[in-house]
Amino acid sequence: MKTIFKLLPFLLITAFVTSCSNDDDAPEPVNEEEVITTLTATFVPQGGGDTVVLKSQDLDGDGPNAPVISVSGPFAAGTTYNGSIELLNELESPAEDITVEVEEENLDHQFFYTPSSSLDITTAYENFDTDGNPLGTEFSLTANTVSSGTLTFTLRHLPNKPNTGLGDAGGETDVEATFSVSVQ
Amino acid sequence: MKHFIVSIVFLFIGVFTFGQNCDFTFSGKIEDFHNGEPIVDATIHIENLDVYTTSDLDGKFIFKNLCKGVLKITVSHISCETKTFEVTLTGNQEQTVNLEHHVEELETVVVEGSTEKKQTLTAQETIIKNDIIESNSSASLGDIIKTVSGVASINTGNKIVKPVIDGLHSSRVLVINNNVRMEDQEWGIEHAPNIDVNAADNISVIKGAGTLAYGGDAIGGVVVLEPKNIIVEDTLYGKTIAGFQTNGLGYNVSSSLFKSFQSGWYANGVLGYKQNGDLKAPDYYLNNTGSKSFSGSLQGGFKSFEKGLEIYVSHIDNEIGILSSSHIGSTEDLVNAINNDEPYISEDFSNSIEAPKQEVNHTLIKAAVYKRFKSFGKLSLQYDYQNNQRYEYDKRIGSDRNKPAVDLKLQTHSLRSDITVDKFEGYTLDFGISGRFQDNFANPDTGIRRLIPDYERVDFGAYAVVKASIIDNLLADFGVRYDYNHVDAQKYYRTSRWEERGYDDDFSDIIVEDLGTQLLTNPKFTFHNFSLSTGLLYNINEFSKISLNYGISSRPPNPSELFSDGLHHSAARIELGDLRINKEVSNRLGLSYKLNTEKVSLNVETYFNHINDFIYIRPTGTETTIRGSFPVWEYFQTNANLLGADLSFDYHIFNNWNFNTRTSYIYGQDTVNDLPVIDMPSFRINSTLSYERPDLKDLHVNLNHEFVAEQNRYPNYNFETYIASNDTYVLVDISTPPPAYNLFNLSADITFDFQKNMKLNVMAGIDNIFNTSYREYLNRLRYFADDTGRNITVQLKFNY
Repeated sequence: MKTIFKLLPFLLITAFVTSCSNDDDAPEPVNEEEVITTLTATFVPQGGGDTVVLKSQDLDGDGPNAPVISVSGPFAAGTTYNGSIELLNELESPAEDITVEVEEENLDHQFFYTPSSSLDITTAYENFDTDGNPLGTEFSLTANTVSSGTLTFTLRHLPNKPNTGLGDAGGETDVEATFSVSVQ
Repeated sequence: MKHFIVSIVFLFIGVFTFGQNCDFTFSGKIEDFHNGEPIVDATIHIENLDVYTTSDLDGKFIFKNLCKGVLKITVSHISCETKTFEVTLTGNQEQTVNLEHHVEELETVVVEGSTEKKQTLTAQETIIKNDIIESNSSASLGDIIKTVSGVASINTGNKIVKPVIDGLHSSRVLVINNNVRMEDQEWGIEHAPNIDVNAADNISVIKGAGTLAYGGDAIGGVVVLEPKNIIVEDTLYGKTIAGFQTNGLGYNVSSSLFKSFQSGWYANGVLGYKQNGDLKAPDYYLNNTGSKSFSGSLQGGFKSFEKGLEIYVSHIDNEIGILSSSHIGSTEDLVNAINNDEPYISEDFSNSIEAPKQEVNHTLIKAAVYKRFKSFGKLSLQYDYQNNQRYEYDKRIGSDRNKPAVDLKLQTHSLRSDITVDKFEGYTLDFGISGRFQDNFANPDTGIRRLIPDYERVDFGAYAVVKASIIDNLLADFGVRYDYNHVDAQKYYRTSRWEERGYDDDFSDIIVEDLGTQLLTNPKFTFHNFSLSTGLLYNINEFSKISLNYGISSRPPNPSELFSDGLHHSAARIELGDLRINKEVSNRLGLSYKLNTEKVSLNVETYFNHINDFIYIRPTGTETTIRGSFPVWEYFQTNANLLGADLSFDYHIFNNWNFNTRTSYIYGQDTVNDLPVIDMPSFRINSTLSYERPDLKDLHVNLNHEFVAEQNRYPNYNFETYIASNDTYVLVDISTPPPAYNLFNLSADITFDFQKNMKLNVMAGIDNIFNTSYREYLNRLRYFADDTGRNITVQLKFNY
């Protein structure tokens, strides 16, 4: 018993000192895998004409810099476009195509297209999930009369399906990109 | 005269009982163990001969005319521990016997017949007794200590409950579990203490840094959980508590077993499990609010007056679901949640726990020894190791679906030595040193940038406290402490964030490596902190006393305040720490009055706490990413004044009727920006009318009412944000507190005695009787859903 009492402090000090010997290895960097840095919406006019490309690129992910938005040109009035959306993670090299993942998990995702009230366009879903509810990586857009405003693309993860729109879709936003566009 | 008679008696014994060769003497001296002073009038009893004597004015005694052989001797004295030993007499023999006298008498107070050790002398301290802990066996630590006036809680839902003491929480409240300072990532608001209350016998809540033994950074307060005091006798007993709750279909079981031996060896263990499914607000289920918790602890060792040894191991494993509708993306979702009365996800009851959720486990291993030295005091040594592993799961896609989003492992080794000197009459001196080494590892396999970086931290502390009785009814204490902290972190910053924070100007020398879009940096911080606690306690008369306590405490910034950087997915907000944040320093003055008569017990505690460089987090606006915009919360420093009063009042009405009420009010003001301090508990009052019938199976019935006022003093940090989907700007009202609420609760219990030491207590209760819908300002999920509705509980407690 007595020896235990005498030895214990030394054991404890040894344990403490040895545990203090630290290693100064640098931690590994984390390159985020499932980040979406870039949304590109491409609009090909059904009867031929100029393709419109809308692009939002945010290379610092959740960092402080706002996304860089580019719009290649106006929509032509009275024209219907075949639209498709591509999502990329450009932090990886080569860039990772996230669209594939979204299409694989089609039951858990849905795109929404929201024109501001001043913009006279209509949209329709062209691809659907395995339950027959909208997915929306492919869609059509009809530019009606001459007007201008904003067009917002929203990708919701785990939305309530079916739904009547963003209002009751719920889920959480994976992408939200707003473009200032016009119909000429 | 006495001695003369005793001598005569011995003479006769010597002559008549033992014939021959019986002329040996056994003599000696009885001394106080603590200061070596002689003990007068101690009784010395030779059991096998059944002869007695007493010690004289010099503590001396003598037995004459003894025969050769073994003597079994017992020495006793009033207010001393009785000592038994054997002597083999082969000739004339002398021996000095040390008795333990006035054991920690300054620290022992008698409350309603039971002895509980207070941690401090003059600080504002309340002890929560075992019966309260037992009747809340399924509750969290945060919920139990809310029974103390002035203690509230800051919650994330109903299962993540953090204590708020006089308006302060997280790193400002130390939790001490069986003499071990908990190191469980307590910096985060959604990081609850990893404690099973069932392992505690009583809990002390100390407001302010009253006890310096555990650290000088307890600006808010200290919560001390004490295990059951070991009684050195041959005994075996146990206790099992089982409960059921209708809200969430929850149940809890906790069992403990104690075994001790006369020789001083002992062992005990506590094992517990509790779980619940989705909780229910009055109008809807709170989806994904299930939780599971397993806990176990083992304690064993040897205890005697002079020395002791203790080994303690405890483990707790928690899995807690986070309300699914609180998991939002972007400011727009937050606006929708605030403006909608009901959560956007409303499904049926489920027992399963999905992402978002937390899985946290905490292991604690402790080894301690103590020894008392004659004419000096007690020396203790303690080593402890803690491992805190925290996983936070998020809703993720693809192959990352089952990967945690946060994976932090915090390991802490501590070594401490404490000395209590109690040889002097009238005062005790405590002093000690402690060292701590801490390593935090943030696993990069999450695939998500680290919220808290890898760091190593070294602490050293030294303290001394004197407690003294100045004159008969005036007691005083004075303590000082010095702490050294050194933090060495390795952190990756996004280059854009590094520049946005302006670190490229101030901290360019800490960059280790430039990876293009990220920078590896090596921030190092060293802090020297000085703290002080002193006070006076004056016993006005046998019923009332008044005490005054003043404390200075300093807290270095925690990792979250320094390093937070990025989107906190589970909170849908970007949190930004600041490397420039310095320590905060509190000056707290407390004045208390206590009255205890047969009919009335009153405790009034008032305080003024001025905190220099008070660290707080507040919303500052939004940042836009491709996922939409997120509210940004940044850490700042300011000067704050907290002024408040906590009152508790117990009144014995007549016969079997009692009434008690607890109330508290706090006024918090940011003196730099001239604004109220954010997240201060509002005025609240909690009253109970109770009826008891000891003659009727010890029946207790309690009717409880709780009123929580609306917090009218809050800073307005609301901001406007652009909502793309309807092309408008809307107000994000994240500041306005919810309205006041009233809750009524009822409980009753009876106890059946079977035989000696065997009894069964049956308790039933209803919480939130009227199924009132309410939201609490200090619940982070208040934007998303109501708090829980009616809950009926049944609990059985079996002692054996």
